[in-house]
Amino acid sequence: MTTRTFVRTAFAPNEPPPLEADSTASRFARSLFATPANFALTVLSVGIVALVLPPLIRFLFLDATWSGTSRDDCLANAGACWPFVRAKFGQFIYGFYPAAERWRPNLVLAFGALLLAPLLIPAAPFKRTNALLFFGVYPVVSFVLLTGGNLDLQKFLLGRFLQWTTVAGVGFGIGLRWAFWTDFLFSAVVIVALVAALAALLRASVFAAVTAAGMVLAGLGIILLAVDLDFGLAPVETRSWGGFLVTLIVAVTGIVVSLPLGVLLALGRRSRMPAVRYACILFIEFWRGVPLITVLFFATYMLPLFLPRDVTFDTLLRALIGVALFAAAYMAEVVRGGLQSISRGQHEAAAALGLGYWRMMGLIILPQALTLVIPGIVNNFIGLFKDTTLVLIVAIFDLLGQIRASFADPNWATPVTLYTGFAFAGVIYFVFCFGMSRYALYIERRTAAYGRGS
Amino acid sequence: MNVAMSTPTPAEHTLVAVEMAGVHKWFGQFHVLKDINLTVMRKERIVICGPSGSGKSTLIRCINGLEQHQRGRIVVNGTELTRDVRSLDAARRDVGMVFQQFNLFPHLTVLENCTLAPIWVRGLSKAEAEMRAMHYLERVRIPEQSYKYPSQLSGGQQQRVAIARALCMNPKIMLFDEPTSALDPEMIKEVLDVMIELAQEGMTMLVVSHEMGFAREVADRVVFMDDGQIVEINGPDEFFARPRHERTKLFLSQILR
Ligand SMILES: Nc1ncnc2c1ncn2[C@@H]1O[C@H](COP(=O)(O)OP(=O)(O)O)[C@@H](O)[C@H]1O
Ligand SMILES: [Mg+2]
Repeated sequence: MTTRTFVRTAFAPNEPPPLEADSTASRFARSLFATPANFALTVLSVGIVALVLPPLIRFLFLDATWSGTSRDDCLANAGACWPFVRAKFGQFIYGFYPAAERWRPNLVLAFGALLLAPLLIPAAPFKRTNALLFFGVYPVVSFVLLTGGNLDLQKFLLGRFLQWTTVAGVGFGIGLRWAFWTDFLFSAVVIVALVAALAALLRASVFAAVTAAGMVLAGLGIILLAVDLDFGLAPVETRSWGGFLVTLIVAVTGIVVSLPLGVLLALGRRSRMPAVRYACILFIEFWRGVPLITVLFFATYMLPLFLPRDVTFDTLLRALIGVALFAAAYMAEVVRGGLQSISRGQHEAAAALGLGYWRMMGLIILPQALTLVIPGIVNNFIGLFKDTTLVLIVAIFDLLGQIRASFADPNWATPVTLYTGFAFAGVIYFVFCFGMSRYALYIERRTAAYGRGS
Repeated sequence: MNVAMSTPTPAEHTLVAVEMAGVHKWFGQFHVLKDINLTVMRKERIVICGPSGSGKSTLIRCINGLEQHQRGRIVVNGTELTRDVRSLDAARRDVGMVFQQFNLFPHLTVLENCTLAPIWVRGLSKAEAEMRAMHYLERVRIPEQSYKYPSQLSGGQQQRVAIARALCMNPKIMLFDEPTSALDPEMIKEVLDVMIELAQEGMTMLVVSHEMGFAREVADRVVFMDDGQIVEINGPDEFFARPRHERTKLFLSQILR
C-alpha cells in the first residue's frame, strides 16, 4: 500500500560512508586473479619479469666489475665492465672537447641547471627575469663559452651589396672590425628609415614602429657584439664537440625553439589571412612529410650546393636548425589540436572586452590550449630528445655516437664492453625522459586544478 | 558610483547610444537580418524577444562587432562601425557584453577575470584594477569569491561575475544575450536583481531575454523580432496588454501560458 501524501518530520543526519569491507591486499588479489583471463595475464607477466629481471640484475650489479684500469680487470667477470665507463666518462660527456677547456662546457651546464631549476619550480619568484635570462642571455653566453666567440664578423647587410671591403683589415684590437660595425650602424639607420616609411605608408604609428625596429636592432647589436668580442677564449670547433654535451645542445635547442615556433605555426594555420595560412600549411606538411634523417642529410650535404660559395654554415648549426624546424612542425599540430578545443565563446568574450588578436591569444586562448595539450607537447619533447641521436648519420657524435665510437678502443675490447656502453646510454636516456614525463604529470595536475572545480 | 571617471568625449554629448539604420546581414546565402532600424537613446533599456533563430543574438552582436553587418549603418556612441579596426576598438571600448554561457576565462580566478582587460586594454595598474574589480564584485554581491576559479561557482554566481567583468571596463552600453537562459530557476532571480539595479542606475542596456517580468519592470521599450526582422516595438505595458501584430500575439500566447 502506498501513501498519497507524505511530509517529512525529521531530517536525516549526515553519516560517514561505510567502510570498505575488504582490505587493499584482497582487492589487489581480486583484480589480479578475478577471471581466468586475468589469471593468465598475471602468470604471464610474472613469468616475463622472472625471466628478464634476474639476468639483468646479475649483469648490471652482481657479476659486474666495479674497479680496475684496463680490459684485463673486466675479462674475469661476465657482468658489466664499469671501469670502461669511468675511463671513457669524459669522452661520453664532452666528446673531444679539449680537456683543458672543459671548464667551459661545465660552466654552461651549471648555468643551465641554475637557470632552469627555478624556471621549472612554479613557486620560485622572479619568473620573468628568470625566463629572460634563460631564453635571452643564456644562449649567447653558452655560445661564446662553447665556441670561444670572437667570430671576426666582416660585413653586415650594406657590405654585401656594396662590396665594402676597403677597410676590412682595420680592427679595434678587441676582436672587432671597423668595416663590420660601421656597416652595422649604417644598415641599422637604413632599416629604421625603411620601417618608418612603411609605417607612414600604412598609416600606423611611426613612433611605435621606429621604437620596435630600434629595439630589435639594438638587441641584435648586443648579441653580435657579444659573439664578436675577443674574450681571449681559445676557439673550439664544433667538430670536436660531442657526447652528452651535444645531445643536450641539440635537444634543448630543439625544445626551446620548437615550442614558440610551433605555436606561431599553429596560429598561422588558423589565420584568416590566406597567404599566412597556406604558408604555414605548406611549411608544416613539408617538414612532417620528410623523415628527420633526410632533413639532416639534406642540411649537411646538399644545402651547401645551393648556397653561395662564401656562405658557410657550421655542420652542428645546420643540424640544429634542421632538428628545430622539424620539431616545430610536429609541435604546431599538437598545439593546433589544443587551439581547436577552445570554444568560440572564449574568443568572443575576449574580443568583447577589447582584447586584440595577440593579447587574446597570449592571455586567454594559448594558456588554456597549451595546458590541454601538455601530454602531447611532452611526448614531442621526449621523442625529440631521443631523436637527437640521429645526428650521428651526419658525423656528429652525440652521447650514443661517442659510446659507439669508444667500442673501437682496443684497450677496452672485452666481450661485455658493448653491453656496458649501451646499458649506460639507456640509463642516461631513461633518467632524462622519465624526468620530463614526471615533471609534465606534476604540472598537469597543478594546472588542471581549475578545470575540476577542486 | 564610478570608480574611475573618464574625460567626456564629444560622443558623450549625443543623446543617441546606438543607431542601426537599414542594417542587413547574411550568413552565406541565409538572410539573417533584414532591414533593421533601431535607435537606442542613452540610459534607455531595451528588451529584445522573439522566437529562437529569429536573429536576436546576431543583432546585438553586430553592435560590438562580433558579427559584421553587410549593409546599412550602425553608429555606437558616435562612432560608425566600419571595416576599419579602429572603429571596432572604439565601439568595444564603450560596449560591454554578457553571454548566455557566461564565457568566463576558466584558467583565471574571478578577480583575474575582472582585472585582465582593465590592465591590458585600459592600461590600469594592477592595484587600480583590483580595486575597481572588488568594487564591482561587491555590487554583484560576490566579493568573497574573488580568489576562486569560475568552475567552483554556481551558474548564477558565474553570470554575476561576467557582469562585473564587463562593468570593470566602465562601458557606456551593456549588451545581454539571454543572460539567464542557461541558469537553474532558483538562480535566475539573483542575476535579474543585479541587472535591475544596473538599469536603475541609468545604464544603457540592450537585453535579449524572455523574462517577461524583467521586461515589464525595467524595459523602456520591448522589441519583438521574427524571421530576421523587427516586427513590433512598443512600451512594455502596451506590448504585453495589446500586442498589435499577429506574430507577436502568437509568440506571447506561447510564452505567457
Ligand atoms: N555563425 C553563423 N553561421 C551561420 N548561421 C548562423 C550563424 N549564427 C547564427 N546563424 C543562424 O542565424 C539565425 C539567427 O541566429 P541567432 O541570431 O543566434 O538567433 P536567436 O538569437 O534569435 O536565437 C539562426 O537560424 C542561426 O542558425
Ligand atoms: Mg540567441
